[in-house]
Amino acid sequence: MKKKVILDKKAVDRTITRITHEILEKNGGSGSLSLIGIRTRGVYLANRIQDKIKSVEGMKPPFGVLDITMYRDDISKLRSPEVKKTEIPFDVNNMTVVLVDDVLHTGRTIRAAIDAIMDLGRPKKIQLAVLVDRGERELPIHPDYAGIICPVSEHHEVLVRMSEIDGKEEVVIVKT
Amino acid sequence: MNWKRKDLLDIRDLSKEEILFILDTAESFKDISKREIKKVPTLRGKTVITLFYEPSTRTRTSFEIAAKRLSADTINISSSTSSSTKGETLKDTARNLESMRPDAIVIRHSMPGAPHMLAAILDSSIINGGDGSHEHPTQALLDLYTIREKKGRVDGLKVAIVGDIAHSRVARSNIFSLKNFGNEIICCGPPTMIPPYIETLGVRVEYDLEKAVRKADVIMMLRIQKERGGTKYIPSTKEYSTLYGLTKKHVDTAADDVIVMHPGPMNRGTEIMDDVADGPASVILDQVENGVAVRMAVLYLLIGGEA
Repeated sequence: MKKKVILDKKAVDRTITRITHEILEKNGGSGSLSLIGIRTRGVYLANRIQDKIKSVEGMKPPFGVLDITMYRDDISKLRSPEVKKTEIPFDVNNMTVVLVDDVLHTGRTIRAAIDAIMDLGRPKKIQLAVLVDRGERELPIHPDYAGIICPVSEHHEVLVRMSEIDGKEEVVIVKT
Repeated sequence: MNWKRKDLLDIRDLSKEEILFILDTAESFKDISKREIKKVPTLRGKTVITLFYEPSTRTRTSFEIAAKRLSADTINISSSTSSSTKGETLKDTARNLESMRPDAIVIRHSMPGAPHMLAAILDSSIINGGDGSHEHPTQALLDLYTIREKKGRVDGLKVAIVGDIAHSRVARSNIFSLKNFGNEIICCGPPTMIPPYIETLGVRVEYDLEKAVRKADVIMMLRIQKERGGTKYIPSTKEYSTLYGLTKKHVDTAADDVIVMHPGPMNRGTEIMDDVADGPASVILDQVENGVAVRMAVLYLLIGGEA
């Protein structure tokens, strides 16, 4: 399997730092800001962004974990995929929610995530932050913050590895 | 793990891994019932029929609410309103219902094995909602869920099951699941209500309620099954309640953090006294709440994905 590293550990950290600053810039600070990470790796990314906001602004924005399985549009075509817990311990009403995911591809995950959040309340805004935008969208969805834009063909896969669960940290492209 | 079953017929069939997978899935679904919008689109376009040949409020309502919270459509058929009163056989009723393309049929029937027969002839997923004195798998699942929630574990516990063991499908399903996880089980009741050879299931029999519940971590009370001729096995309800009615005194001799369970409907003053049913150790209403989450999980796993 051929693989190409597009971001190494340091570059991942720098990219997350940039995304953090863009989020704060666009929203004028961390006022009514909250972060929701999409399982699995979006959660770790959101966690990092939360820490970085803390070091810049001195306070941590509310943080939640979202599992989108119940809202998938292909559920009946799969073998009852495992449903994990959604844990959003704050009121999303009137919040600016920044959804965080590792790779943006078709946009279907994000559609499901938006629907899931709307069932919890009515946020003021929902924004989208991703580490990698690999293109090939199937829905009209666009990221507000993209770490790296990297169009790859359908014969490739973009893998984000995070030290918390993968033991190492990098973004790689592999041929499938 | 990968869920592969089409039907849920017995708890006896299920491996530990499968049971824990259902409980974990239920945990994810439980929060939905606490939200303002108590609905997710997961089973949109699916149809669930509840076919009940025996009376039920809890189980049928619980399945219906579970299905609706997952956006499935539900149709409820009870024997009093069905064509069985006109002489149609269960097989014919089931085949006719299947022609209307439901995805799951939840059946409760007084004949043990009725769900198994339907599972063999229908493509729809069949869920056993109680078959005679045989099994009631979703009850055992929700009981185990409640035990895990309150105790933080499902093994190494001392569990007393008290009442009409012989006629209780709840007792049987719970014995299978609790035994599977290696718990110590004591069956207690008048000798007429303890089936012979019950020890072969790996349980201990104790005719004295005081001894049975001493140091117990979990006390499960059962109802006298009047509809299965339960009152024929005891001299009088009064005597039964004197000897086998659970009082606060009994609960005080159990483990400090004992929980008292009852599958409902309760006969207050017969098998359980008010101060126990409404007391701090009672988790009876938690069982009902968890029943919805567990049935959501079962419906999701059976009909959520590709067959």
